[in-house]
Amino acid sequence: MPDGEIQKLIITEETAKIRPFAVAAVLRNIKFTKDRYDSFIELQEKLHQNICRRRALVAIGTHDLDSLSGPFTYTAKRPSDIKFKPLNKTKEYTACELMNIYKTDNHLKHYLHIIENKPLYPVIYDSNGVILSMPPIINGDHSKITVNTKNVFIECTGTDFTKAKVVLDNIVTMFSEYCENQFTVEATEVVFPNGKSYTFPELSYRKEMVRADLINKKVGIRETPENLAKLLTRMCLKSEVIGDGNQIEVEIPPTRADVMHACDIIEDAAIAYGYNNIQMTLPKTYTIANQLPLNKFTELLRLDMAATGFTEVLTFALCSQEDIADKLGVDISATKAVHISNPKTAEFQVARTTLLPGLLKTLAANRKMPLPLKLFEISDVVIKDSSKDVGAKNYRHLCAVYYSKNPGFEIIHGLLDRIMQLLDVPPGEDKGGYVIRASEGSAFFPGRCAEIFARGQSIGKLGVLHPDVITKFELTMPCSSLEINIEPFL
Amino acid sequence: GAVKSLQALGEVVEAELRSTKRWELTAEGEEIAREGSHEARVFHNIPPEGLAQSELMRLPSGKVGFSKAMSNKWIRVDKSTADGPRVFRMVDSVEDEVQRRLQLVRGGQAEKLGEKERSELRKRKLLTEMTLKTYWVSKGSAFSTSISKQETDLSPEMISSGSWRDRPFKPYNFSAHGILPDCGHLHPLLKVRSQFRQIFLEMGFTEMPTDNFIESSFWNFDALFQPQQHPARDQHDTFFLKDPAEALQLPMDYVQRVKRTHSQGGYGSQGYKYTWKLDEARKNLLRTHTTSSSARALYHLAKKKPFMPAKYFSIDRVFRNETLDATHLAEFHQIEGVVADHGLTLGHLMGVLREFFTKLGITQLRFKPAYNPYTEPSMEVFSYHQGLKKWVEVGNSGLFRPEMLLPMGLPENVSVIAWGLSLERPTMIKYGINNIRELVGHKVNLQMVYDSPLCRLDVEPGPPRTQEAA
Repeated sequence: MPDGEIQKLIITEETAKIRPFAVAAVLRNIKFTKDRYDSFIELQEKLHQNICRRRALVAIGTHDLDSLSGPFTYTAKRPSDIKFKPLNKTKEYTACELMNIYKTDNHLKHYLHIIENKPLYPVIYDSNGVILSMPPIINGDHSKITVNTKNVFIECTGTDFTKAKVVLDNIVTMFSEYCENQFTVEATEVVFPNGKSYTFPELSYRKEMVRADLINKKVGIRETPENLAKLLTRMCLKSEVIGDGNQIEVEIPPTRADVMHACDIIEDAAIAYGYNNIQMTLPKTYTIANQLPLNKFTELLRLDMAATGFTEVLTFALCSQEDIADKLGVDISATKAVHISNPKTAEFQVARTTLLPGLLKTLAANRKMPLPLKLFEISDVVIKDSSKDVGAKNYRHLCAVYYSKNPGFEIIHGLLDRIMQLLDVPPGEDKGGYVIRASEGSAFFPGRCAEIFARGQSIGKLGVLHPDVITKFELTMPCSSLEINIEPFL
Repeated sequence: GAVKSLQALGEVVEAELRSTKRWELTAEGEEIAREGSHEARVFHNIPPEGLAQSELMRLPSGKVGFSKAMSNKWIRVDKSTADGPRVFRMVDSVEDEVQRRLQLVRGGQAEKLGEKERSELRKRKLLTEMTLKTYWVSKGSAFSTSISKQETDLSPEMISSGSWRDRPFKPYNFSAHGILPDCGHLHPLLKVRSQFRQIFLEMGFTEMPTDNFIESSFWNFDALFQPQQHPARDQHDTFFLKDPAEALQLPMDYVQRVKRTHSQGGYGSQGYKYTWKLDEARKNLLRTHTTSSSARALYHLAKKKPFMPAKYFSIDRVFRNETLDATHLAEFHQIEGVVADHGLTLGHLMGVLREFFTKLGITQLRFKPAYNPYTEPSMEVFSYHQGLKKWVEVGNSGLFRPEMLLPMGLPENVSVIAWGLSLERPTMIKYGINNIRELVGHKVNLQMVYDSPLCRLDVEPGPPRTQEAA
């Protein structure tokens, strides 16, 4: 507790809609050197990036207490009503002006969106109306910390109360070492809109009980409870054996907010023991292995496809809308494709609904290879399906292309016949057989397209590709293709 | 030609190649030897009173001879004469050196000329150097006066007639390449995938279904006890979907248990103590790991009573919205192994890893503490790379957190150990590929696919092939 008055931070109800939580503390009589000062700033940055989730959850402000006078008020105001000289600037600006100025600041522009479009912006004042900061964007220049600062006022504001407390605890524990009264931190009172007040930092130490045999069992070692307590203490989790000799009481400091469950304590014990000292043993789990039928089937089919003289490729599942629609002469809405929000480039707009574009792009990238080029792929496409829990489903397709001076329709047709032979599907209209019937498709040359029916359903198409498709994929030779869904044959 | 074909028959003759050089006159040289050099002829054509230059130029040797005669100072030009320039003799008589020299050469006495004189004449294209190749032929050890033509290959009629017995066969060139068979090929990454499947099956692991690239945030993150505020759930690292944007069905009673564990704790945990939102969990995405499929499989397993231990694996595609470079793409394949049983320990995890990596030919393993949101304890697995002479990371592993397993309904003393690695990395190391785009995607190097060897994971790769002439 402080020698004089305790510092006070009053939160008003305007903050509720934008950034409701705040905690604060004071580091008294701190001695900064250049290194410690740099480290202090760096710690805030690191915390901002990680646990504060890029300032969205929590933002930290540190101020020279001697340049200010409490009690402090944390409120929210209209941007045009906020005017102050921000850090490292020479004159005063309103919050609106600052938003504009920082749009081109490489560091700060990433945080503007957190408050930008809100009617009120968070702001902290001292009793003289001096603005300490406008979280989470920037602190005021008036209260900035230098190497000579002796007394630091730390405030953390945010949308996650737990995290704000954790962040505050972390900063003060790490830097209280440099205070004249080493390892002490001065409390601050925070008054919430509902009138309730709390003191921070919480710095709560927790005590957890863990059974020694549980630690041994989970790690696979055989240490005595006393040894385990020693190991944990070495990891800064002060522990001692209590009770019946099997229980270990572990004191968890405020810097270990990551310890949520006994398993976290168990990991620390294992680390202290040394992972590489643990004896390796094999579980006695007896199981019979099973292959997933679809994958077993695919593996068999791949081998015989290569035996026919076609070469396997592996193409991307994500592509542009054009690839699966315009370039094939269809409209994107007819494809039932899954669309990705905010793709960085056109290559990540949709998930493929057909394997054909990938194969054609492979041909285009390898056009210097000797002809004919015969490629195949057996892999998944994604189609929207409202009967699935996520609204989309993978289908296992087989696609093959023949690219040469002549289209080779009879070769692709022959490949289909061979595949049906391998799948034990006889030709013919009879139940369980397959037929192909003349058909049309915008991707195919008129008169050279057929639909394939097997076991009573349409499983795909084959044909000579339309010259428009050839040119749109930057190819020059005729090409024929075959694409079928192989799941009906499982 | 004749000698060479005789030589090809073997030891029929012995021939020694000798070559001699001789100087000979070109056609023009011959003409000059007979008629005299151009410049001499020009000289002799000029009468004492001179000749109009224009007329001189019309003479056969005129053009060539004129400039030579001028430089020899045999003639001069008077440009001041009334009817055009006239050419006059400057000397009374001339010695036709060129003709004399050429005649020497014609007489076979070229050696009487100096080096300089000869090359001068050669420059004027009057002289050429001829190489004469001669063979001194003598009888070889297999000399005979009859020649039989060598055969290249056995033919059906030779077999039936038996004539192969009397025919000599041309020696086969064993140092040339044969004709590569016209065959199809399997993709190297998928060859490696087949091998990993084999390894898991040999260890008794059952393949999990992973037939959904699209996953809900619930199964991808929340069910794994990864908090909703975790940075990995940012737009920056994960591909979220526009359409379908949300998962339509979630197992609601399980969802409630997960919600409580995140926000309030339970099952012996403090929890994260934040406000958990259902909307956030419904958001659809492209799965960032196949651990979501493992979660589904474990949830399914938990429903079966009594509990039966299980070993699962999967190898399938995952998606990350990260920065791309030579070794990273937006899509890659993850290999995952899971064992669920009573009383499993960290020691068991290490034991399983040792067996798994031994099948890859990796025997020296070390483990380092690591962090994953959904495993605790966690370990990074390292192996010693002989080539690089250092320890490299080969995988990530850990025990799933109780906060993940208990809400599923798995019994309390059941532990689940899991590990994962990418498929691309060992493939690139195995096949010596530096740029991932040459391996995966449409920019694949097809020649590399054609040439890639069998995938034998437990065998050291062969020496790099030297470039051979096509």
